[in-house]
Amino acid sequence: MELFLIFIGAVFVNNFVLVRFLGICPFMGVSKQTETALGMGAATTFVMVVTAALTWLLQWYVLEPFGLPFLQTPVFILVIASMVQLVEMFLHKTSPGLYRALGIYLPLITTNCAVLGFSLIAVQGAYSFIQSLIFGLGAGIGFTIALMLMAGIREELRFADVPKPLAGTGIAFIIAGLLSLAFSGFAGLV
Amino acid sequence: MGALIKDFLNGIWNDNPTFRLQIGLCPVLAVTSTALNGVGMGLATTFVLMCSSILISILRNVIPEKVRIPCYIIVIATFSTVVDLVMHAMLPDLHRVLGIFIPLIVVNCILMGRAEAYASKKPVIYAAFDGLGMGIGFTWALTLIGAVREMLGAGSLFGVQLVSDTAATFGVFSLPPGAFITVGLLIAGMNMISTRLRKAS
Repeated sequence: MELFLIFIGAVFVNNFVLVRFLGICPFMGVSKQTETALGMGAATTFVMVVTAALTWLLQWYVLEPFGLPFLQTPVFILVIASMVQLVEMFLHKTSPGLYRALGIYLPLITTNCAVLGFSLIAVQGAYSFIQSLIFGLGAGIGFTIALMLMAGIREELRFADVPKPLAGTGIAFIIAGLLSLAFSGFAGLV
Repeated sequence: MGALIKDFLNGIWNDNPTFRLQIGLCPVLAVTSTALNGVGMGLATTFVLMCSSILISILRNVIPEKVRIPCYIIVIATFSTVVDLVMHAMLPDLHRVLGIFIPLIVVNCILMGRAEAYASKKPVIYAAFDGLGMGIGFTWALTLIGAVREMLGAGSLFGVQLVSDTAATFGVFSLPPGAFITVGLLIAGMNMISTRLRKAS
């Protein structure tokens, strides 16, 4: 039950993009087509779940016992960077189709602050190993949902008559604001 | 000297990271519920940006081409850890408000972008001014967004109450949706001003 609450909390109530403001760059940059949005979301979710396991082990079995929590940021970012590299090599060998579809978005996951941010939040919340994994899965799915919603709306937006100064990013931010307003309806659910 | 000033001003207006390049947007939205938080986050980022630009510029001939990205990340992570620890000790209140967005300076695209595009190619003094200009551009953008949100959302500015306590304010501007809408409208405003300026000149 508690795991379910963590999951729902990460997907809806504290949606990583629309409520916690993590991962805004890919949210604005990769949300022009639903297909790429889905690919990006899936790749990020995968990296998040793997990172959740690795950073949890590092934090509680290496950094804490040796009194090195101040090295948290550099260590975590290196783990994420090498993880992304590993995923990239793995996909390249095993499923070249998916690898080509994701293209440039794969290496960019390293600088997605949702991944590092979520590892830091999981450590702050002192989650257990299983809880961290579920939290990572929820965070990734929440990111994917936000990205898909935004991409769907932006695809329709091409046919709309937007005032000139607002065209492009301006209107995208206002749409994100309205989406965020809708997601604030989930507040108090957990 | 002229080139230095040009580099410095570039970050403040022409290539303003927030309104023009639109990179490093997470802290822009997350910590600007008041003007003061905006200033704090802006200055913290400016420090990391300037120090890492200087160090990367010094090391630019030492860092091997193939592993440059991990090297930059380590340099940036070091300085953001410094800021994190110093702020935790000296400004605990601000540190609590900014929360995880201080360690997250590491993944702010502005830093990586300047390291890759500028600091790794130019002499130290130019890199320092470029970092400072970009940092100040980022700081004023954050302060402006924070000021607008604070005035609309709480009726105050830098913590000074502007309207009576009982007056109704647009509370939504202090909340996440208000952040997105404010930034959207400010970007539109900035586009309008730039178009006017270009027509005038």
